[in-house]
Amino acid sequence: MKKPAKSAESQPHSLQEIADSGAQPSEVWELRLYIAGQTPRSVAAFANLKKICEENLQGRYNIEVVDLVKHPQLAAGDQILAIPTLVRKLPQPLRKIVGDLRDTERALVGLQLRPASSE
Amino acid sequence: MKAATPKALAKKNTSVTSLPKAPTGIQGLDEITGGGFPRGRPTLICGSAGAGKTLLSMEFLVSGAMKYDEPGVFMAFEETAAELAQNVRSLGFDLDELAAQKKIAVDYVRIERSEIDETGDYDLEGLFIRLGAAIDSIGAKRVVLDTIENLFAGLQNEGILRAELRRLFRWLKDRGVSAVITAERGEGALTRHGLEEYVSDCVILLDHRVIDQVSTRRLRIVKYRGTAHGTNEYPFLIDEGGFSVLPVTSLGLQHEVSEERVSSGVPRLDTMLGGEGFYRGTTILVSGTAGTGKTSLSAHFVDAACRRGERCLYFSFEESPGQLIRNMRSIGLNLEQWSKKGLLKFHSSRAMFYGLEMHLAIIHKIVNEFDPQVVVLDPVGSLVQAGTGRDAHIMLIRLIDFLKQRGITAFLTNLTSGGEALERTDVEISSIVDTWLFMRDIELGGERNRALYVLKSRGMAHSNQLREFLLTPQGVDLLDVYVGPDGVLTGSSRLSQEAREKAAAMVRKQEADLRERDRERKREALEARIVSMRKEFEIEEEEAASSGKLEVAREKSVEENRAVMARSRKADTDDGITRSRKRN
Repeated sequence: MKKPAKSAESQPHSLQEIADSGAQPSEVWELRLYIAGQTPRSVAAFANLKKICEENLQGRYNIEVVDLVKHPQLAAGDQILAIPTLVRKLPQPLRKIVGDLRDTERALVGLQLRPASSE
Repeated sequence: MKAATPKALAKKNTSVTSLPKAPTGIQGLDEITGGGFPRGRPTLICGSAGAGKTLLSMEFLVSGAMKYDEPGVFMAFEETAAELAQNVRSLGFDLDELAAQKKIAVDYVRIERSEIDETGDYDLEGLFIRLGAAIDSIGAKRVVLDTIENLFAGLQNEGILRAELRRLFRWLKDRGVSAVITAERGEGALTRHGLEEYVSDCVILLDHRVIDQVSTRRLRIVKYRGTAHGTNEYPFLIDEGGFSVLPVTSLGLQHEVSEERVSSGVPRLDTMLGGEGFYRGTTILVSGTAGTGKTSLSAHFVDAACRRGERCLYFSFEESPGQLIRNMRSIGLNLEQWSKKGLLKFHSSRAMFYGLEMHLAIIHKIVNEFDPQVVVLDPVGSLVQAGTGRDAHIMLIRLIDFLKQRGITAFLTNLTSGGEALERTDVEISSIVDTWLFMRDIELGGERNRALYVLKSRGMAHSNQLREFLLTPQGVDLLDVYVGPDGVLTGSSRLSQEAREKAAAMVRKQEADLRERDRERKREALEARIVSMRKEFEIEEEEAASSGKLEVAREKSVEENRAVMARSRKADTDDGITRSRKRN
């Protein structure tokens, strides 16, 4: 984005539009967090996720927590192998982030979510 | 078993009982592994792409589900369930049907690198849960993970992955499932990611190599903890019947021998072989130069065997079945009738078409299916060419051993190249055959003729004579060769020599006849003379006799006259008469 592109001035503009469309205030983010029991890692992942969402998507996100220990049959649907896994159902396309989300920067990149501070 | 300490287990293994095994149901593989893969433990199958890893593991699962009542979970990391079902349908496995019967569960695990990001710690509990759920859903006893290494492509953190894989194999053991893990062959290592470190109970290596443009599949048990196993490389086969490993059990010489004799189909040849033909279950080699009638001789043997109601398997590496039947018809053999009756089965394939092991595997397979009493390999030499020297030798020994153990009479033909070293090419296999017939050309008087002799025949008194071998419209005929002052003669030389001898004999006979007639005539003349002389003599005798009578009569009349005169002269007594008669 930082690259100066004078020949294609419309390019960053359209990308900007796309980025904006993904983060339109009206759109609700559907997030699903897969965990397996109340392990420290699961708890940490949920806490980290909650924090990221509150900071960046306030009021326009839903977090669904799926505990595979209780519902093992749900693992196949989203092709879950690693625990914890965060799945971004909406907006499209589908994204997966495995790990406890302690690295906020990487989590944001993974979610393709621009930090609120940069806006 | 699980309760026993490892030490106690090991001790137990060294004694009578072996590890509990989960049979694979794959022909040959159960033999060399001593009953199958280790039960309740993971087995690693590694090999390069296309070596047959998926197929082998799938067959392990399917035969478990179908034959041994052990349901199985197939966790696929490469192919979707639909693709898998389609791939194995050609082998006669209906995965959908088995899935419906809850005997097999297929779980496709898709790892898309591009849609996954990693941040922070994680584990593979999701995989464990999925696997656990699948196992529980059908009560699986067997699990296949094909190919779990794909995880390395999908997830970045190798440290976590390795730790989790170690935990996975431990977990599989704890669940008591017999697991098969497939892995891609790596450079200089068994697997690309060193999975053999984690799976240490049983490692099987599949190999698919191409030598001289011919591919051969081989299988080797790299290790199998706690069990005795075959350590060789065993050729294996993948065909419409699935996976089969060549059961080259041993090179033992413990086969049972038969006292029974079987006819060669040529009466004169039987005569040469101690009057009764070959021993049943022995190996007969017919070698000779091109066009000496090796195939014809084997066809005779087959015909005779079918006539006895035996089943014959004819492997032809040069001629198609149709061609063989047609050609043999020209010497008066109708092989088609046996083929129609199901007693005779042809299998024609070019020797170059497969590698040596493949041929061997195919021969094994067909022999097992058809269960013949007689097997013909025509010619075995081209099979040797399919391999390389020593390989071919070993393979032939294995094959002959296998046939002997089954009590099958093997009839091999072999083409020897012309020139000086006629018997050289045969040296390799000559020591393993029991009867060796040698056929050769004899070139004489501008023609080639066939001759046959028995080079060796174990356990019987056999003729040491050369016989001329004739192919007539009525079949094979063996004739005595002419052995005379001019050497061995065959063909028209023999015929002309015989004609010459016949002519000479005729002349001699005519001369003798002539002399005989002469003598006869002489004798007749002599006898005629004897008769006439005898006649003359008789006449003389008669004459003599009649003249004597006349004399007597005359004397009598003279005496009477004298007496009359004496009486008339009144002479003396009769004494005077007597005296006078004596004086006369």
